[in-house]
Amino acid sequence: MIEIQDLTKYYNDFCAVDHVSLSVRPGEIMGLLGPNGAGKTTTLRMLTGYFKPTSGQISVKDLHMPEHTLKIKSLMGYLPESAPLYHNMMVYDYLIYVARLKGLKDPARQLERLHTLTDLCGLSGIMHKPIATLSKGLKQRVGLAHAMMTDPEILILDEPTSGLDPNQIAEIRSIIRQIGRKKTVIFSTHILSEAEATCDRIVIINNGKVVADDTTTRLKQGALQDNLIRLTLKGPDFKTVSQFFTDMDSNLSVTALNTDKDDPVRVEIQGPPDRDIRSDIYLKIKETDWIIMELTRETQALEHIFQKLTRENT
Amino acid sequence: MSQIKIIALKEFKDYFISPIAYIVIALFLIVVGWFFFSTFFIYSRADLRDFFALLPMVFSFFVPALTMRLFAEEKNVGSYETLLTMPVSFIHIALGKFFAATLFTCTMLVPTLSYPIFISLIGDLDWGPVAGGYIGAVFLAGAYCAMGLFASALTRNQIIAFIIGCALCFTLTIINRMLFFMPPEIVTVIEYFGANPHFANFSKGILDTRDIVYFISLISIFLFSTHLVMQEKN
Repeated sequence: MIEIQDLTKYYNDFCAVDHVSLSVRPGEIMGLLGPNGAGKTTTLRMLTGYFKPTSGQISVKDLHMPEHTLKIKSLMGYLPESAPLYHNMMVYDYLIYVARLKGLKDPARQLERLHTLTDLCGLSGIMHKPIATLSKGLKQRVGLAHAMMTDPEILILDEPTSGLDPNQIAEIRSIIRQIGRKKTVIFSTHILSEAEATCDRIVIINNGKVVADDTTTRLKQGALQDNLIRLTLKGPDFKTVSQFFTDMDSNLSVTALNTDKDDPVRVEIQGPPDRDIRSDIYLKIKETDWIIMELTRETQALEHIFQKLTRENT
Repeated sequence: MSQIKIIALKEFKDYFISPIAYIVIALFLIVVGWFFFSTFFIYSRADLRDFFALLPMVFSFFVPALTMRLFAEEKNVGSYETLLTMPVSFIHIALGKFFAATLFTCTMLVPTLSYPIFISLIGDLDWGPVAGGYIGAVFLAGAYCAMGLFASALTRNQIIAFIIGCALCFTLTIINRMLFFMPPEIVTVIEYFGANPHFANFSKGILDTRDIVYFISLISIFLFSTHLVMQEKN
C-alpha cells in the first residue's frame, strides 16, 4: 500500500529523518512510536506531501511522489498534530468547505457524508459553533471528521490523543479501532499503552532512524524473553546481594536500581531466557533472614523495549 | 479551476466573518471621501480626476492590510498544513487567495460609485474617464494584491507581511516622483516601472494595451514569485 525507501530530511545541518524505509500493508494499523523530536511528525509530513524530502522515495498504491502528489493526497486523510483548523469558521461551514475542496461536489452527497461523520465523531451538538470556541477534544474530533471526509483508504493521524483527558483518549481510540477495521491507519504517538492497545504493528523511531519494526505481539514476546526480574530486599546491601546471586548461578547478571544505602536494595536480575527463576530466587532467599518487599517479572514489555532502544542510541 | 473558486469564495467570506471587512471599508471611505471632497468644490470641476489620483497612494496602505493575513495567519495557526495536505496545488491556493483579495478590494470601491452618480446630478460629468478610471482601479487593485500576497507568503508574522507589502506598493506608487534622484541613463526604464503613470492613463479614459500589459505582467510576476516562495518554504 505505502512504500517508503531511504527517506531522509535535513533541516539545514540537522538530520531529522535518516534513511527511513517502511512498508505498510493494506488494512494495517501501524503505530509510529518514538520520544519527542525523534522524527515522527517529519516523517508523516513528508508522507502527506507537506514537506519535500531531502532524498528518498515515497510511493502509495504504485503512485510516486512528487509526480502524483495530488493523486496521493486525495487517497489520504491527514490529521496534523493538535488539529490546526480555521478558527473563525463554524464547524458546519468548515466541513462543507473541506468536502468541496476534496472533490465532493454534489450537495446531497455532502450532507449524507456529513451525517455519517457527525455520528461517528460525535459532532451533533457543535455543528453551528465557531471552531475557536471548541475544547481541545472537540477540535480533535472535527479534525478527524476532516481527515475522513472523502472516506479515504489511508488515514494518517499525528498524535491524535495528545493533550486529551482519559475519557476523550478512550473515545478517539475506539474511533481509530473502528476505522482501522476497513482502512489503513498510520498514527504516531509517544504513549506506549496506546500503541499496544490499538496497533497491529509498531515502528519505533529514534533520532530519525527506525530502531524496531515488527508486529505488536512479536515485539512483546521478544521483550519477555529477556526475562527481567525486579527484586527489592530489606536487610543486606547491594554488594552482598550481588555476590549472593552470582554464587547461586554464575550466569545471572545483577544491576542495582538504587544507590541509597538506607533504603531497601532494588535490583534487576537478567535471568536465562528459557525458564522462570522466580521460585528459585524465593527459595534461596528463604534460607536467609532478608525480607522480600517485591519480586516481579517484567510485564510492561513494550515500555522496556522502548526504553532500551531509545536510550542506547542517545 | 473549481478548486480556485472554492478557495477564493472561502477567503472572500472570511473577510466578512471577522470585523476586518467593515472596519477597512469604513476607513477607506472616510479617508478617500475626506481628501476628495475637501478640495472638490474649490475647483468646481465635475470630474473624478482627483479621486483617481488618490487611489494608488491609498491602496498602497489599504491593500497590504487586506492581504497580510492570507498566508501569514495560516502559517501561524498551522492550518497551512491542513490546507496543503488536501488535494490542491500551490498555484490553486495562490490564485484563490489572490482573486479573493482583488474581489474584496473591488467591493471596497463599490460604494464610491455614488460619487460619479451624485456629481452627474450637479454637473456635466464625462463618463468616459470615469469608466476608464474604474477599469484601471481593478487592475491596480490586482497588482497591489499580488504584491501583498507575495509579502504575506514570505513570513508567518502579519505585521511584517504588512510592512513588506506597504514598502513594495509604496515604492511603485512614488517611484516616478523620485526620478530626479536617478541616474539619467536609466530614468526611462524606471519611469516605466512606476504604477502611477500607467494608472493615470486609465483615469484619463485611455485604454492603452501598454498599461494593460504592465499591470498583467506585474500580477503574473508576483503570483509566480508567491508560487516560488511556497515551493521553497517546504
